[in-house]
Amino acid sequence: MTDHPTLDGLQPSPTVEHPRPKLVMVGNGMAGVRALEELLKLAPDKYDITVFGSEPHPNYNRILLSPVLAGEMTLKEIILNDVNWYEDHGIKLNTSSRVTRIDRVSRQVFSADGRVEKYDRLLLATGSTPFILPIPGHDLPGVLSYRDIADTDAMIEATSRYHHAVVIGGGLLGLEAANGLRQRGMTVTVVHVMPWLMERQLDRPAAELLKKSLEDRGLQFKLGCETSELTRGEDGRVCALRFKDGTTLATELVVMSVGIRPNTALAESAGLFCHRGIVVNDTLQTFDPRIYAVGECVSHRGIAYGLVAPLFEQAKVVANHLAEYGIARYKGSVTSTKLKVTGIDLFSAGQFMGTDDSEDIVLSDPAAGIYKKLVLEGDQLVGAVLYGDTADSAWYMQLLKDARKITELRPHLLFGQHHLGDSGHKGETQAASLPDHAEICGCNGVCKGTIVKTIKEKGLFTLEEVRQHTKASSSCGSCTGLVEQLLASTVGGAYQPTEGLRKALCGCTDHTHEEVRKAIREEHLLTIPQVMAFLVWKTPNGCATCRPALNYYLISSWPHEAKDDPQSRFINERVHANIQKDGTFSVVPRLWGGLTTPTELRAIANAAEKYAVPTLKITGGQRIDLLGVKKKDLPHMWADLAESGLVSGHAYGKSLRTVKTCVGSEHCRFGTQRSMALGVRLEKMLFGMWSPHKVKLAVSGCPRNCAESGIKDVGIIGVDSGHEIYVAGNGGIKTVVAQFLCKIASDDEVLEVVGAFLQLYREQARYLDRTVHWVERVGLDFVKQQVVEDLEQRRTLYERLLFALQNASDPWTEIAASPSHLKEFEVMSF
Amino acid sequence: MTQWKRICTLDEIPRLGARVVERETSPNIALFRTAEDQVFALLDQCPHKQGPLSQGLVTNTHVTCPLHGWKIGLVDGQAQEPDVGCTATIPVHLEDGWISLESGPDSH
Repeated sequence: MTDHPTLDGLQPSPTVEHPRPKLVMVGNGMAGVRALEELLKLAPDKYDITVFGSEPHPNYNRILLSPVLAGEMTLKEIILNDVNWYEDHGIKLNTSSRVTRIDRVSRQVFSADGRVEKYDRLLLATGSTPFILPIPGHDLPGVLSYRDIADTDAMIEATSRYHHAVVIGGGLLGLEAANGLRQRGMTVTVVHVMPWLMERQLDRPAAELLKKSLEDRGLQFKLGCETSELTRGEDGRVCALRFKDGTTLATELVVMSVGIRPNTALAESAGLFCHRGIVVNDTLQTFDPRIYAVGECVSHRGIAYGLVAPLFEQAKVVANHLAEYGIARYKGSVTSTKLKVTGIDLFSAGQFMGTDDSEDIVLSDPAAGIYKKLVLEGDQLVGAVLYGDTADSAWYMQLLKDARKITELRPHLLFGQHHLGDSGHKGETQAASLPDHAEICGCNGVCKGTIVKTIKEKGLFTLEEVRQHTKASSSCGSCTGLVEQLLASTVGGAYQPTEGLRKALCGCTDHTHEEVRKAIREEHLLTIPQVMAFLVWKTPNGCATCRPALNYYLISSWPHEAKDDPQSRFINERVHANIQKDGTFSVVPRLWGGLTTPTELRAIANAAEKYAVPTLKITGGQRIDLLGVKKKDLPHMWADLAESGLVSGHAYGKSLRTVKTCVGSEHCRFGTQRSMALGVRLEKMLFGMWSPHKVKLAVSGCPRNCAESGIKDVGIIGVDSGHEIYVAGNGGIKTVVAQFLCKIASDDEVLEVVGAFLQLYREQARYLDRTVHWVERVGLDFVKQQVVEDLEQRRTLYERLLFALQNASDPWTEIAASPSHLKEFEVMSF
Repeated sequence: MTQWKRICTLDEIPRLGARVVERETSPNIALFRTAEDQVFALLDQCPHKQGPLSQGLVTNTHVTCPLHGWKIGLVDGQAQEPDVGCTATIPVHLEDGWISLESGPDSH
């Protein structure tokens, strides 16, 4: 221990730094070390840190002990932080050193191997211990538990000498142990006291399917059997189990896996309040304000968590308080189990067994090995069990967590959200059945083998981490569901879908989109530096994810007040043209409602010739695209086009794109409404509208729907008596049919409803959410209430939109006329 | 001795922005200005698919390529993990508000 002189009673010496406070951590497991990592990110030099770990190893990935047992990975591969990591961060690591006493008065901890360490802050991360059945013979040689590397080593060692094993406990961990022992060639029987396996996660039908599948893989089961005694053999080792009914079962090895208990012995001996865990508040502080606790040893609001995702959330919060930021709170987690036991997809969450007031929706196809049960209480989803097809687990989890009203979804709830995109992975929905070389991410060319390997090697736990390390799912996102399945099957029970967690805007902050928006509104923040200062951004000027989002939130919250920041816009929005693969740009003039004139066409033709445009293309949005324009030519081309009244089509922005129309009753013999006229009015109203993502509209003059209104953000279909408005459709990665919002008689009212809908979207959606994602989250009922039923709310939303769009100018003309803007387009020469 | 050629003044590049310097026979150079008025020069080509880095979003001492989002270090030209690649850095010099690049027939 270093003795820094304290300033009390000593002459202050200019050469001696003020001593840093001492942080001692007891426990060297995943939750504790994650807390240190988070702390080092926030305040790298704040503490002198000492860690006590009772095992001889540095921090390793406990979740991957099962693959080690099964012989699929080595111990070396599951180390998360090797000893160099501790050294590099100046952390003193004491391994094989069990802390046995805390003296809270003198603020010291004492270890069994004679170490004494003073602390200013103490972090308890003592984890949990396996529960051992208190039956005769439980301490015989040959009886093991399954918790750490030593247990795993002992089991592996046993497999080389013995042939018959019994696992007591048919829960997740027990089944993983049984599977591992079987893979190493032993005959394995799982003994379980309950009538079916994994009763804490599965209902009986799902468990039966699981059991059958495991039997096919060579495991044997004795269910509903309570062990009363372990019998000692002649060699002193365990030789058999005796059950309550008097029968016996011979064995050479017993693995007890009947649950874990928070390890509170040390905390209790120090007089800290414990009740099924070390009791902590929302800042992870125990009843002694100098002592924090994190991980499986903790009881928070009466719950002790055993999954890694909630523990990592806790780690973030405790780090925030240790760093004296003091702004984070842990409010508990909704947990789910999504796991794979030897090639089987399983998911369960919430009250999957149902209650007196609940109803079940069930799909059972035993021959195909698929079982799905959703538990509903009133108009909410309260629980789910999925077996064999877990593609929609993230969606169900989200519905559960948000307690969303599912009335409108109920008829097709069981069939899922079609979470995966429609294209790019050959329609595959089951990651488990794919071979290693199957391409998962069609954008970045990442195959299944690479993803699984990286998850294992780098110790990844979240979708975000997989995106960072492999790029899979980081572009269009259509394979997100498959990547989540791979994560679940690789890290097993530890995985929790990201959607179940609080999602920060990006790595530069812990705040969510909603919190950032709230701060901008309530504090009247007007610039990006103001937002970053107020919310204590972790990076000096953000990243390519948060800066465009902040810029949008500012200009949409404070129209005409917040100043647009061009440097925080993606190049397309900065130069009002679409960048192409060779660095040239494409120019798309606006053709209102898809209509044009000979003058406009001549102007486009002239521009194309004058600037040697190599390609002209009719777009899907009924416009003309001039492709291959050099950046320095853009302002000149715009000026030329402007002479014929052509303005920017915003084909490049998170903004209003097109309003596609059919010819309508103006010409069509079937038309019932003047769709071209209405389309042009809508496009003129919405001109210059920035939004969280691109917005596409369509107006069809009759139900034949030639403008394809059914797959647009806002689609209007004329009928004889008026207009039907459909919202939140999507024609992209995942084709989603728009939902019926309301029927309106007059054109004026259509403008108001559409305006109100889009303004609500602009104010509430997260940046880069299309309308479909936003409506999926808030529910169509809410949208209807706001823009159809509540007329006052509709009117104010509409007015706010019109105010924001007041004096919207054409960016092309503006740039072409302003010398200060032109710099961006000029090239310098050497 | 190194010859420096004045290209432009610092004010001609926006903070957290970039400008392109065209060369007759060799690829373009991207000149970057950070929030703290440091200046960096890279070959205007992403190691991935030769995207123009000058058109990317600048954060701290990195630029994100506009084509596929690779993040390139302005100091060393290295791509950030998991991407692997490197783009050439060009010696650049800032004095009295003037930005200069190394000149000479053989430079870069």
